Amino acid sequence: MVSAAASGTGKRAGERAVLATLAVAVVLAFAASLLVGPAAIGLPEMLHAIFSGQADIAALIIREVRLPRAILGLMIGATLGLSGAALQGFLRNPLAEPGLVGVSASASLGAVLTFYTGLSGLFALALPLGGMAGACIGVVIVQSLAGRDSSPLTLILAGIAVTSFAGALTSLTLNLAPNPFAALEIMFWLMGSLADRSFEHVWLSAPFMIAGSLLLATLGRPLDALTLGEDAAHTLGFNLRALRHRLVFGTALCVGAGVAVTGAIGFVGLIVPHILRPVVGHRPSALLPASALGGAVLTLAADVAVRLLSPGRELKLGVLTALVGAPFFLYLVLRLRKQLL
Amino acid sequence: MTLMRANAVSVSLGDAPVLAGLDLEIAAGEVVGLIGPNGAGKTTLLRAMAGLLPLDDGEICVQGRPLHRIDRVSLARMLAYLPQGGDSHWAVSVETLVMLGRLPHRDPWHGPSETDRAAVEQALVACDIAQFRDRPATHLSGGERTRVLLARALAGDPGLLLADEPVAGLDPGHQLDVMAKLRDLAGAGAGVVVVMHDLTLAARFCDRLALLHDKRIAAEGSPEIVLSPSTLARCYGIRAYHGSAEGNAIVVPLERVKPGPGHAST
Repeated sequence: MVSAAASGTGKRAGERAVLATLAVAVVLAFAASLLVGPAAIGLPEMLHAIFSGQADIAALIIREVRLPRAILGLMIGATLGLSGAALQGFLRNPLAEPGLVGVSASASLGAVLTFYTGLSGLFALALPLGGMAGACIGVVIVQSLAGRDSSPLTLILAGIAVTSFAGALTSLTLNLAPNPFAALEIMFWLMGSLADRSFEHVWLSAPFMIAGSLLLATLGRPLDALTLGEDAAHTLGFNLRALRHRLVFGTALCVGAGVAVTGAIGFVGLIVPHILRPVVGHRPSALLPASALGGAVLTLAADVAVRLLSPGRELKLGVLTALVGAPFFLYLVLRLRKQLL
Repeated sequence: MTLMRANAVSVSLGDAPVLAGLDLEIAAGEVVGLIGPNGAGKTTLLRAMAGLLPLDDGEICVQGRPLHRIDRVSLARMLAYLPQGGDSHWAVSVETLVMLGRLPHRDPWHGPSETDRAAVEQALVACDIAQFRDRPATHLSGGERTRVLLARALAGDPGLLLADEPVAGLDPGHQLDVMAKLRDLAGAGAGVVVVMHDLTLAARFCDRLALLHDKRIAAEGSPEIVLSPSTLARCYGIRAYHGSAEGNAIVVPLERVKPGPGHAST
C-alpha cells in the first residue's frame, strides 16, 4: 500500500517536474523572442521598455513590434500543441493533427477570399475576420457531415472532405487572382508568419483562443477513458458525442483564430504531442498541458530561428515548421512501420 | 435480490433483428453463463445490458430502474463492462490503466484519493499483476492483458460485471484463475454475467446458464438442464459426450448432427 502510494506520488511529482521544465523553457523562448531582431536591444533595455512606459525607439520596438509577435507566438503555439494532443487522444492516432478537422483549410479560404475581393485592402481586420468566418463555416459543415454518432472515422472523413474542397477553392481563387502580385500576396500569406502583427491581432484572436483552450483543457478524463476504446469510455460514464462536439468546437476556436491572424503554421500540433507523449507516461490527460507548453516553446523558438537564419529576407514561419516537420513526419512513419513488423 | 432484469427486449443491428422479446434476470451473488452459437447475439445482449445499444422494444432495469433513466455516471458506478479483446491504444502503465476503472468514482477536480489508490491496489493484487504494475499496457501477453483488463473492471467495485469472453485465448491455468476471480466477485455480493464457449468450464463455474438461440433465451437454468443432449443438438447442432468428474459436469463435443426440429422451424 505504502509503495503504491509512493509510486503514485512519484509519478505526479515527475509530471509536475516536466511541466515546470517546459514552463521555464516557455519563459526563456518568450524572452528570446523579445530580444532577437534587427535592432540590437539588450535585456535591461528590454525590461525597462516593457515596464517603464517610455516612448523612445527601443521601447516602441519592444512594445509595438516584438511583444505582440511574442504573445501571438505563445498563444498560437500553445493552442496548436493543445488541440493536436486532444485530437490525437480522441482519434487514438499519433498521426492526427489540428488541420485534420478541416478548420485550417476553411480558415485559409476565408482569409484568401478577403484578399481576392479586395476587402483586406479596405480595413486591416478584414483578413482575420474573414479567416474566422471561414473557420466557422468549415466547422459547421464538418459537424453536419460527421453526423450524430461519435465515431472518429466519420469525423476524419468529414475533415478530409472539407479540407480538400476548401483547398480546391483556394486554388481556384489563386487561379482567378486579378494580377500576379495579388496571387503572390496570397501565397505569402498562406505560408504562415508572425511578422508585422500588432496588438489588434492579439486582442482579436485571444478571446477565441482562450475559450477554445478552456474547452479542450477539460477533456483530459474522457480522453483517458478512450485509451480502452469507445465502449469502455461509454461504460465509464462519458458521453462521447458531447466529447466530440467539445473537441471540434475547441479546435475550431483555437486553430481558426490562429490561422486567421497568422496563416497556416503546420506540424507543431503533430510533432509536439508526439515528442512529449513518452515523457508524461503516455497519459492523454497529462499530455494536454504538456503539449500546450511544448507547442509554445517550439513556435517561439522557430520564430526566433527565422529571424536569425535570414535577417534580411525573413523566412516564413510556416515554411520553417514544414521544413523541419516533414522529415520528422517521415521518421514517424518509418518508426511506426518498424513497430508494426 | 434482482440486480438486472431484461423484459421482452428486442434489439436490431442495422435492419437485422438480433434479439426479439428476450427475458433474463440476474440476481446478486450469482454467476450467469451466457452461452450460445456464434452469431446468436451474446455480445449484442451484453452491450444492450451495458447501455451501449438502443432497444427497439422492451425494457432493461438495473436495481429496479430503467436503464435509460439512469444517468451515465451512476450507471458506471453500478456496472462494469469488460469487452472482448480490448487493446490499450496508448502505452500507459498497467497501474494507470487499472486506475481508469476508478474514473466514475473520482472527484473531478482532484487526483486519485486514498480510497481510489486502495481499490486499485486491491485489484492489482487480486488479479496477480502487481509485480508488473509499471510495465506499458501495450507490452503484455494475452493472459496478462486479460488479467489487467479484469483488474480495471474490478477496481471500480462494480455491483454488476458484464464480461464478454474473458477466458477466450487463455491457457487452462489462466482460465481457472479468471473464472475463480468472477466467482469471488459474486461471493462478495455482485452479479456476474459471463459470455463463454467452453461448456465444461461454464458448467463448473456458473450457478446458472442462459443459452441464447434464435433471438431469445432458448434454455435457462442449472448447467445439467441447459446442457442436455437434446438442447445441444437443437441449438448448437452437435452430439456431445456427457460425463462427470469430482461432481462437475463434463461436456465434450463429438460430432456435428443435423439441426433438430427447433432449428428447422425458424
